[in-house]
Amino acid sequence: MDILEIIKPENQVFCKTKLMTDATLSYCPGCGHGTAHNLTMEVIDEMGIVEDTIGVAPVGCSVLSYDFMDIDMTQAAHGRAPAVATGIARTWPEKYVFTYQGDGDLAAIGTAETIHACNRGENIVIIFINNGIYGMTGGQMAPTTLEGMRTSTSPYGREIENMGSPLKITELIANLPGVYYVTRQSVHTHKHVRKAKKAIRTAFENTRLKKGLSFVEIVSNCNSGWKMTPNESNIWMEEHMFPYFPLGDIKVDGKLK
Amino acid sequence: MAELKLMKGNEALAEAAIRAGVDAYFGYPITPQSEVIEYLMAERPEKRTGMVVLQAESEVAAINMVYGAASTGKKVMTSSSSPGISLKQEGISYMAGAELPAVIVNVVRGGPGLGTIQPSQADYFQSVKGGGHGDYKLYVLAPASVQEMSDFVADAFDIAFKYRTPVLILSDGLIGQMMEKVVLRDQVERITDEDLIKTHGSWATTGKTNRNRNIVTSLDLQSEKMEARVHRLQKKYKQMELEDLRYEKIDCDDAEYLIVAYGSSARISQKAVEIARKKGIKVGLLRPLTLFPFPKKQLFELADQVKGILSVELNSGQMVEDVQLSVEHKVPVEHFGRTGGIIHTPEEVLDALEQKIITHGHFRNHKTRESSIL
Repeated sequence: MDILEIIKPENQVFCKTKLMTDATLSYCPGCGHGTAHNLTMEVIDEMGIVEDTIGVAPVGCSVLSYDFMDIDMTQAAHGRAPAVATGIARTWPEKYVFTYQGDGDLAAIGTAETIHACNRGENIVIIFINNGIYGMTGGQMAPTTLEGMRTSTSPYGREIENMGSPLKITELIANLPGVYYVTRQSVHTHKHVRKAKKAIRTAFENTRLKKGLSFVEIVSNCNSGWKMTPNESNIWMEEHMFPYFPLGDIKVDGKLK
Repeated sequence: MAELKLMKGNEALAEAAIRAGVDAYFGYPITPQSEVIEYLMAERPEKRTGMVVLQAESEVAAINMVYGAASTGKKVMTSSSSPGISLKQEGISYMAGAELPAVIVNVVRGGPGLGTIQPSQADYFQSVKGGGHGDYKLYVLAPASVQEMSDFVADAFDIAFKYRTPVLILSDGLIGQMMEKVVLRDQVERITDEDLIKTHGSWATTGKTNRNRNIVTSLDLQSEKMEARVHRLQKKYKQMELEDLRYEKIDCDDAEYLIVAYGSSARISQKAVEIARKKGIKVGLLRPLTLFPFPKKQLFELADQVKGILSVELNSGQMVEDVQLSVEHKVPVEHFGRTGGIIHTPEEVLDALEQKIITHGHFRNHKTRESSIL
């Protein structure tokens, strides 16, 4: 049978996410960013809210996320995305505003903006990609880098006594009354992808219901930064990242789990 | 109906913001400008016009809230004083790069560092030469009265939206804190969301409708694109110089000597001009209302008429450099100013004019001009 006879609409089981552009992703093959982008765009498309959605891009690997997400986006200074999102959400209370941030952006330079936007209970969604490293600048230590983990600025491994412990910012902000929904997910297997999408959907539904701040952490790999193959990095993530950053819901409907 | 009131400069500015139809104010307290956010919080502008007022966790957060709202085409502003303005520079640079309209107010206090809470004009360089990183300038308005604190708010937004650029109102602790009569402008309606989308739909991130997506960013990783962006900014600044320069000439027609001063120094210098003229010394005052663009051509021309120029500023000599550049060594240019929060008296200004320009001016002009440059 000719291949063209098979390519028919009725045989289609999968297609490119509508709200992803045709631009080639700048992420390394094997990285979780692309999947997290896809899921976010799928949720916005399925909810039919693209006309009312404004995204805020961070500084980091996903600084160019606006090249791939086919929605209106504003690029923020390093760490300031929650403040930028606050400015948008306060002046457009009917819109869906989300930030997409990495661990350096959200949990180091932007700690103050993160905590205070959460504490005010801004009606926004924060999508937090935690891969324990600064990917874009070439693999430096992040606030979430695990103990003993080698990076270009912790070449002998993260030493707790002089570099501090990896920051569990997600648990920290979950304790703030303004935060309505906190969950930690991953996107490295089909099962986890489905759960992560459900979590992102819940977050955007919370915005619709004006419930306050929803925070979705996605523990992800950085095979380039970790100097592993994609598969090795996923196994390493399961064995090392998940015990310290356990997956699952942390706060649902404003109540701690 | 226009309304006459007795108000503090900071309060007049806050009231003017509500009346100008501003959509949002994001701020953080700092002396001597805290009355701006205090007045706004007390006035409940969300009930008067729907204006949003929010106290941020820091000046850094406040300017980025401004960045966010401005990126959606909203009329948005912040205010602070010197140390706080230093913190805002990152956000201001991003806004200049991303070509966003916004108004920033600096009620200047003495520095460097934590400095003093008393009035100063020591932030001139920071205001007119860029302030943050990168190749950009701000349009800078310098109010010299409570009336101008009020009037310049709407004027600043007109420029901010005309050029899609951040505009700075450079006030100081004296103008911010003093009380004067002020005629308040009539209430202007805030723009509706529908009209905003119609007016700014070509660039503002209000949600992608049946158009291509809008992106607000200051990032261009390709050098050619970044250079094109810088050129686009520079073109705006040239146009500002041609179309939106503002200055005031006082007693300049027959002047033999000239004082250049802005803001509170201009108020004091105007009194010094009066006293000088009573003594028979023909002094004029050039008051820049905009510090960028700067009245370069006007100074160049006045230099053919006067024998010397004194730049009076509450700092150690900052604007004087721009005066010297404008005058191109035609006549002696000197600086006089007090610092640390001390405000010069009209008598001190006149005394400086007599000592630095009138007594020594001719001598230096003809005999030792070169060494004075060194």
